[in-house]
Amino acid sequence: MNPGMNSAFNSGMAPVATPFFFYMLSGLAIVGGLLVITRRNAVHSALALIVTLLAVAGLYLMLYAPFVAGVQIIVYAGGIMVLFLFVIMLVNIERSSKERRFNRMWPVGLAAACALMALFVSAFVKGRALFPDRMMSLPESSNTQQIATMLYGEAGRMGQYTFAFEIASLLLLVAILGAVIMTKKKI
Amino acid sequence: MAEITTLHYLVVAAALFVLGVIGVLTRRNVVVVLMSIELILNAVNLNLVAFSRMWGNLHGQVFSIFITVDAAAEAAVGLGILIAFFRNTETINVDEIDLLKW
Repeated sequence: MNPGMNSAFNSGMAPVATPFFFYMLSGLAIVGGLLVITRRNAVHSALALIVTLLAVAGLYLMLYAPFVAGVQIIVYAGGIMVLFLFVIMLVNIERSSKERRFNRMWPVGLAAACALMALFVSAFVKGRALFPDRMMSLPESSNTQQIATMLYGEAGRMGQYTFAFEIASLLLLVAILGAVIMTKKKI
Repeated sequence: MAEITTLHYLVVAAALFVLGVIGVLTRRNVVVVLMSIELILNAVNLNLVAFSRMWGNLHGQVFSIFITVDAAAEAAVGLGILIAFFRNTETINVDEIDLLKW
């Protein structure tokens, strides 16, 4: 990528984050996404989604975000996907594997998604100048510490996102209660 | 090969986002629809982290962690609703879920 950006890259080691890895990981992510929306069996979709999540975690590593990459692997690929697989095995897949995959209005949905893609493409082509080619270097070794400082604050002072962090924990509590109440047989 | 810029990451994220939108709008299986929503949230996360790299600060990464929390909460409640619905009607197809339809 940009030699001289990180001192670790200069110490004799060849840079790992080459364009080859970018194209490989993004191709893997997009192929995984395609498999998610086309497979008939929901378990296959879930496995393809895990491939996509891991590839996106690799892209996070290339963007100097090791903590977010770790959260992605542990929470998404490890937690949420296990939940999905559990639910797929609770509801019967025998019946749905013989039925139609797409609903009756799928051409309309596809057209709407194509319009959205055209919007993105025109925004990227017209607004190219808004995205400068420079890539700032982020300190990789203290990444987790800096995120913790922003989330929790330091030296007794509240951080910039401490209040939002507490609200997020409240959201998780509500989600736990909601999931338990929804799945209980008798309330 | 040319150097990878922010725009490259944005294009990948846009592709993932559109794939997720196609999945939400066309699939019948509710589990796959929820997985497509996860795909959309991942595309947003990738955008945020790429912009965090572009501006050289960590606000985007903190936001992407909040979005991950939101995705976990949404998956838990959504799958809970799905199980409750499947227990009552024995179906998980979105076009057969029309109890509120007049």
